[in-house]
Amino acid sequence: MRQVCVRIALAVTWALAAHGAGAAEAAGIVKIAEGKVSIERAGSSLPAVPGAAVQTADTIVTGENGRCGITFRDNSLLSLGPNSRLVVNDFRFDSTTHEGGFDSTLKQGKLAVISGKIAKHARDAMKVRTPSSILGVRGTEFVVEAAAAR
Amino acid sequence: MRTVRVATLLAAAILAGCAAVPQDRVVLLPGPDGKVGQIAVNPGSSETVLGGAYASATVDAKGKLAQAQLNSSQIAQQFGDALGALPPRPKSFTLYFELDSDQLTPASAEQAQAALAEIAARPIADVIVIGHTDRTGELTYNDALSLQRAEVVRDKLIAAGGDPARITATGRGEREPLVPTDDEVPEPKNRRAELSVR
Repeated sequence: MRQVCVRIALAVTWALAAHGAGAAEAAGIVKIAEGKVSIERAGSSLPAVPGAAVQTADTIVTGENGRCGITFRDNSLLSLGPNSRLVVNDFRFDSTTHEGGFDSTLKQGKLAVISGKIAKHARDAMKVRTPSSILGVRGTEFVVEAAAAR
Repeated sequence: MRTVRVATLLAAAILAGCAAVPQDRVVLLPGPDGKVGQIAVNPGSSETVLGGAYASATVDAKGKLAQAQLNSSQIAQQFGDALGALPPRPKSFTLYFELDSDQLTPASAEQAQAALAEIAARPIADVIVIGHTDRTGELTYNDALSLQRAEVVRDKLIAAGGDPARITATGRGEREPLVPTDDEVPEPKNRRAELSVR
């Protein structure tokens, strides 16, 4: 019982900390959302409408006819095609020095990327993961496809 | 009956085996100026660097990597949905001001209309306005003037229908001249506000 209580307390603390971090400044803003698109955050699913904020630890999910375009704070542009899942593992950006890191995972589906200031500032500071690989981004435009979950 | 069921199961298993092995894929694209960057693909053991337009790598579930050369129509066909949802690229504008004033020059007043049109055309546009001064006058005075210039531009954008919550104005004083000069040198190109429209 005591262990459970400790676990719950830890979870609450973690959730509050995550909330505080997110409230400071969003990693990105949803600019385009068509069809069914949602943001999974801390166990709940929020509609990803244009103007919605995207934060570290969010998962962007598109449905069968959904697609979604997001502009990140460092000017990285990402978009998802239908039936896709993208997890924002980490986003850090200093708008003065352009230092930072952008780490995301395409769990399934299709992703298009135009990298921004983070990738331009430091080689491999932007990474996109797929179920099989890690992609080190060196200031480029590219598309990624991840086979369905396995 | 039993053998039929086993045969069915076997057939299903064979079909599943013959279906394409699940693969991840990355394809490098040229930028609007034709330039192509690089992507390092690492399936776990070693790194392969892609470096040409429409160069592609596929990696199967076992981590085996294969390279291929695709073309633009294949990309349009296979990735058109995702590419079509990319937000517009950020665009920059620079507006210039009269000496020691928050009044735009006549040419920049016209240019401001182009910025307004760009903002109106974008989905959920957000704008960062950064004001600057030349090096005439005191540092603290110029800090205030640069912020005032940025705020005048911000007010114009809001008056034209811009969302106040998505337009920020900051001043950098005389710290970031576009044209480096000695102190106290008037330089029209440094009396400016830079707009980043996203």
